[in-house]
Order: sequence, then C-alpha cells, then structure tokens
Amino acid sequence: MKKYTYTDKKDTRSGFGDGLLEAGKRNPEVVALCADLIGSLKMNDFIKAFPERFFQVGIAEANMIGIAAGLATSGKIPFTGTFANFSTGRVYDQIRQSVAYSDKNVKICASHAGLTLGEDGATHQILEDIGMMKMLPGMTVINPCDYNQTKAATIAIAEHHGPVYLRFGRPVVPIFTDPDQKFEIGKAWMVNEGADVSIFATGHLVWEAIQAGEILAEEGIDAEIINIHTIKPLDAEAVLKSVAKTGCVVTAEEHNRLGGLGDSIAQLLAVNNPTPQEFVAVNDSFGESGTPAQLMTKYGLDAVNIVKAVKKVIARKKQNA
Amino acid sequence: MTQDISELKKIASQVRRDIVRMVHACQSGHPGGSLGCTDFLVALYFAIMKHDPKFNMEGKGEDLFFLSNGHISPVFYSVLAHAGYFDKAELATFRKINSRLQGHPTTHEGLPGVRIASGSLGQGMSVAIGAALAKKLNGDDRLVFSLHGDGELQEGQIWEAAMFAPHNKVDNLICTVDYNGQQIDGPTEMVLSLGDLKGKFEAFGWDVLEGDGNDMEKVVAVLQKAISHTGKGKPVVILLKTGMGYGVDFMMGSHKWHGVAPNDEQLNVALAQLEETLGDY
Repeated sequence: MKKYTYTDKKDTRSGFGDGLLEAGKRNPEVVALCADLIGSLKMNDFIKAFPERFFQVGIAEANMIGIAAGLATSGKIPFTGTFANFSTGRVYDQIRQSVAYSDKNVKICASHAGLTLGEDGATHQILEDIGMMKMLPGMTVINPCDYNQTKAATIAIAEHHGPVYLRFGRPVVPIFTDPDQKFEIGKAWMVNEGADVSIFATGHLVWEAIQAGEILAEEGIDAEIINIHTIKPLDAEAVLKSVAKTGCVVTAEEHNRLGGLGDSIAQLLAVNNPTPQEFVAVNDSFGESGTPAQLMTKYGLDAVNIVKAVKKVIARKKQNA
Repeated sequence: MTQDISELKKIASQVRRDIVRMVHACQSGHPGGSLGCTDFLVALYFAIMKHDPKFNMEGKGEDLFFLSNGHISPVFYSVLAHAGYFDKAELATFRKINSRLQGHPTTHEGLPGVRIASGSLGQGMSVAIGAALAKKLNGDDRLVFSLHGDGELQEGQIWEAAMFAPHNKVDNLICTVDYNGQQIDGPTEMVLSLGDLKGKFEAFGWDVLEGDGNDMEKVVAVLQKAISHTGKGKPVVILLKTGMGYGVDFMMGSHKWHGVAPNDEQLNVALAQLEETLGDY
C-alpha cells in the first residue's frame, strides 16, 4: 500500500475559494454570484480582488441561477455559490431549463454537501444532489477529495466550456493530494494499485478509502484505490481496466446509494462486465444533527465500513469463482 | 428598420396569418397569447431593436430580447423568420419531429435568434438581468428587452428578480408584461389576482409605463418612451394591455384559445380576417 500522509488539514470549500480567485486572475470573463453565504463559500478573496465581477443576489437562489444563465449568454463564465441543497434541489428546474437545456457555461459550486456539514441537520444535508445533477444531459459532475484537488478542479472548470456541478464540503479534512496537480476533468486518479478489490471513492470518502487500504494491507488484502473525482463523465476505461484485474468492487461516497457514484459504476459494469459490488453510501435515508465524525460513523461512511464491504465483496467473488 | 406604421401593420397581419396556420398545421400550440403579442414583437424587431439576423449568441453591440413566456413561440418564430434569422419555409415544421422550431423555444436545436430556453415559467426576467449585467461589464450601451405573461407573474422567481434589478440599478433593461388578464384556467382575477400590478412594481423600485399593446402606433410610442427612461438608475417595466387572440374575432378576449388549435373551418374564418400582405410561407 502506497503511503499517504498529511501535514495540514483544510476544508475543501477553502480550495474552492482559492481556486476561484486564481481562475478570476487568469480569465477576466470569470464572474461570481452568491446567495447570502459569502463567508461559508470562502468567496471573500475573489470579491476583494474583483468587486465589480461579483453579484450578491440575496436569499434568492432561483434568481441567481437565472442571472448566471444570462451572464453566460453574453460570454461571461459565472460561478454560483451556495450550499449544495440550495444549489440543486431548490433550483432544479432553473438549472434544467435555463442552464443545462440552454447549453449555458455556468459553474454551479456547492458547499456543505453530504452529512459532514454536521449539526445543522437534514434540512441542509443533501444526499441526492449527485443523482439530480448527473441526470441532466450535458452536465459535468465533480466531487473532489481535498483542498488541493478542489482548488485545481475550480481552476479547471473555468477553462472547460459547459455547465458543471462542483460539489465540496464544510469540514477540515487531510490534504494529501499534490498541490501542483493538473486537474483533468473525467480522468480518474490512481491512488493505489492493487489486485484483490477495486475501491472507487469520491469526495471525503477517498481519505477513508486510503485508511481502509492500510487496514486491509495489514490483513494481506491488496486493494486498488481509485479516486473518481468526476462522476460524469465517468472514466469508464479506468473503471473497466481495474475491475478486469480485481474482479470485485466497492464504491464509497457521501451520498444516497440511490443515484450516486455507485449507481454509475454499477450501470457501467452491468453492461460491460457484471461484477460483484458493495456500496458504502447512505442507505436511502435523510441525515440528522451531530458532529461530522459521529454522522459518518452512524451512517457507515468510514474506513471501518469500507473494510467490511471489501471483505464481503471478496467473499462474494470467491463464491462465484 | 422602419418607423412606418403602415409597414409594421402589414408585417403584423402576415405574422398573425402565420400563427394560425402554424398551430393549425400541427393541431397544437398557443394562438391566443401569440396573436395578442404580435404588435409588440413586430414593433420590437422591426422598429425598435438594433439587431443582426446573422445571429451571434453573445450579441455584443446589439439589443437583446428574451422571451420568458415561451408558449407564445408561434409569434416569436414568425417574427424571427420575417426579420431574416431563418427561412420562412421552416415555419411549416413547427412542433413537428426533427424540427428546430420546438413547441417551446430552445437554443438546443441551434435555431438562430433564440438565446435561452423558456416554457417553464418565471425564469426569463432573471436571465434578462444577467444579460443586462454582462452588457454593463462589457461597456456595451445597448439594451436588453424581455416579455412576460401576466399569469407568469404568479411565479415567485419573478419577484426575486424584481427585487434584484432596482437594488442593483439595472437600468439597461426593459421588461414588458403581456397584460391580457387571461391564463389557462380563466381570468387572472379569478385564478390568482395580480392586484395593483403598477403599484407592486413601483414599490419594488421600477419605473413603470403603461401602454396599449394592439395599436401599432402606441406600441412603438411606449417602447420609444421606455428607451428614453433607461440609464436613469431604475429598470423599466411596460404593462402592455393586450387582447388574447387579438385579430381573430372568435379567439378574442377569452382564455379558451390559450392553447387550442383551430380546425379547418375555423382556420378559414380566421384567415379571412387577416390580410396576406407578405405571402404565406
């Protein structure tokens, strides 16, 4: 197992804020909008640097998406910022008609995704957003795993033409990816090569997958760990290549098991290479209040549960053999 | 571009013929609002806006128009065709399979002249505001126009946008409300009253103008007046009184022709009332 360590922890939303500032410096067409959550979205540095290119829309997310579509019509590259719930479920039809169906170059940037926003509870913990966004034709869906990757992804989506949903989170988490990485949309990242099982993880679950990989290694299980930061378009080649080698799959995500990364992988495999698969995801329920760590444990989204899923799927593979 | 009222009326008559023929041909679509807004859209595209039918999505240096009440696509398509955005013959494909003229307007099929999809109501004012903000950022002094149904104003997003535009002094924007008092289920006053619409917009901080939407001279006049009100720190809205179904006697003044196509006999009655001025497509 390749060794991953970290010296610093940061929230992925800070990666977004720093990436937005950098994207703004690189391209004068980049503009930003926020619905009364500037501090939470870490947009202050962009606003300070480019006050005329920022629009505070107030608590009016539908209007924000529409204004972004209008700005994009006239050649701007708008980044909208609010919590993941208010970025998706609240404005699904606005995104569908004014952005996706209208082919607008809008970047929908969503913080506080999943359970790990913690104490605010289920009204704010959306676990369905990946599903909603990946169902929209033409929408790119990205869920980076740490500060560095989120920053790189933010810069990359400014250079990509087309609507994007960028999902990140609130808690401070280990920084373990390369600070100078070039983020390639739709290109999976090989975290660890292995032979016994393929673990496909996204977002905060990538670090948990690495922890799980270390536990498994001690028990003699050689796990391949792949970071699927881009859920759509899915890197089908990387998934199929890995599965051809390992013959069993665990997917790990901070999302409902319905509609998330696991679904995308299962659909790909069902058509191309039917394979035993276990899902580390929220089991079709809402979240609740608690600390992020408590919630990830209670809802089974941690290294311990990834290890359990791996053992289960390897047993299924052996049964089939 | 023409300011000649009789020329504009000729175009409007042909557009109305196109509308009833289009909805008749596919036996679906929305003739009522289309006929009511014909004079407005003809005035906008032939007397008011600076625009280039060699369509460019960004429209820098041009006036832009966004149709928010997308169901009146027949009038929009006919006006775009007569203005030279695409061949009039294509109007025959309206709502048919493999057509660029979808039931509701979309950019998705690449039809020149359409800058946003609309149909799901209440979204176009926000989009128009975004385009107006982009013009300001670009130092482009041309204007942004939009059209909304009055029933559409029941959507909450409209009022989010209505609050934003005055706060941010979006004064290069002229929104028009097709104030015909009708919606699918009946008169707006019965379905959900709009109340004092002028007072509502004024309270939100808009410069509110009122006009007669089916008298070509008055339509041109109110649009010119609206233009003279831009650049003064406030967005402008025109409450344009129209008659649903205007120009075809049996379709006028009722919500019943909101989304119903005429049969063969009704088509002939309608066409007898609308002079063929520029040749049918």
